[in-house]
Amino acid sequence: MGGLGHYLEREGIATTQISLIRVHSEKIRPPRALAVPFELGRPLGTPDDPGFQKRVLRAALALLEAGEGPVLADFPERPPGPAPDLTGWACPINLARPAETLSGPERLARALAEEVGRLGTWHAISRERRGRTTVGVSGLEIDAIARFLAAFVGDPATPSPRADRSLAVMLKTASEDLKAYYLEAATAQPGAAPSRALEDWFWGETTAGRVLLALKGACARCPDEAVQRLGPRLVVPHTQKHRLG
Amino acid sequence: MAHIDEWPEDARDELLNRPMPDFGPAPFVKGAALARRRVAIVSTAGLHRRSDAPFADGSADYRVIPADTPAGEIVMSHVSTNFDRTGFQRELNVVFPIDRLRELAGEGAIGSVAAFHYSFMGATPVERMEGSAREVARLLKGDHVDAVLLVPV
Repeated sequence: MGGLGHYLEREGIATTQISLIRVHSEKIRPPRALAVPFELGRPLGTPDDPGFQKRVLRAALALLEAGEGPVLADFPERPPGPAPDLTGWACPINLARPAETLSGPERLARALAEEVGRLGTWHAISRERRGRTTVGVSGLEIDAIARFLAAFVGDPATPSPRADRSLAVMLKTASEDLKAYYLEAATAQPGAAPSRALEDWFWGETTAGRVLLALKGACARCPDEAVQRLGPRLVVPHTQKHRLG
Repeated sequence: MAHIDEWPEDARDELLNRPMPDFGPAPFVKGAALARRRVAIVSTAGLHRRSDAPFADGSADYRVIPADTPAGEIVMSHVSTNFDRTGFQRELNVVFPIDRLRELAGEGAIGSVAAFHYSFMGATPVERMEGSAREVARLLKGDHVDAVLLVPV
């Protein structure tokens, strides 16, 4: 991020930035940066809180009026929201299944399709209430996403479902679409959930999480080198790698 | 997604101690008072319009986001799995604060909001983005932008 600040200023355009990782800004020394104590993925602090977001924005823009630089300032507030109590939230819809019902690719595919169906109402409510969904980057409908990912886990020679996009791009975008569908459905339900609890729920309690954990191994068995590179880095987050065994 | 403090130690150390390129002394462009600036957002969240091609691993290019793009048409294809996406799924402005910027323009705190905004995909090493960044600079000048808010993810 800070590097872009250098490049744009060299072209004569003033920049200010939000910094989520202060030590990186200390090293790169961009012209103006506001270090914020927020989790990665939330540079303005918290969703659905215009007042808080605007305070962050005002503080970042105010650095444009500094007389000299580089400037690295700190935003003093932590975002409001649910406490990061990892045991304080459980999805009201229990999707956990006995392991034997998930053995074998056909059972896994069937279980995933059923699970996607069970969350359909909450995803529809999310879409209605928020007026948007972030699902759909793959260009596939959710049922087709579930079929594609389950098929690939069963047979890593499964081709890309779109002629205009590589298998690696489709696996990545479909897996992110699947996660987004589940998380949008979960966060539409009553009860605020911290992001870590949502992540633990997805990877630890859902068939979709089980499919994506299996996807990493399937990527390693795929003859496509771009897919082989995808598996170790771009499927399972650091905080969930202990589930790979 | 957990805060960095909750990451496994090896992953956290790798992130925090990652070597950074040396850009030398920072140029420092001065300009008009903030209330007269025209401001654009440049994000590294891998944002784009739903109809655009998604970013892929190693993408060093950018996507254009016209200011009047409806929130429902802005999606994300950043390749990293190691940041929270539930905030963005709930509400656009936590990643792309276009409505907040409009409000500040309405209050007179900034001069105006650019007609076009831009997004890169921040998992790509920034040195590879230099050519694209220079291209974006030319586009920003064409839009009379004189201040950029850089927003990571």
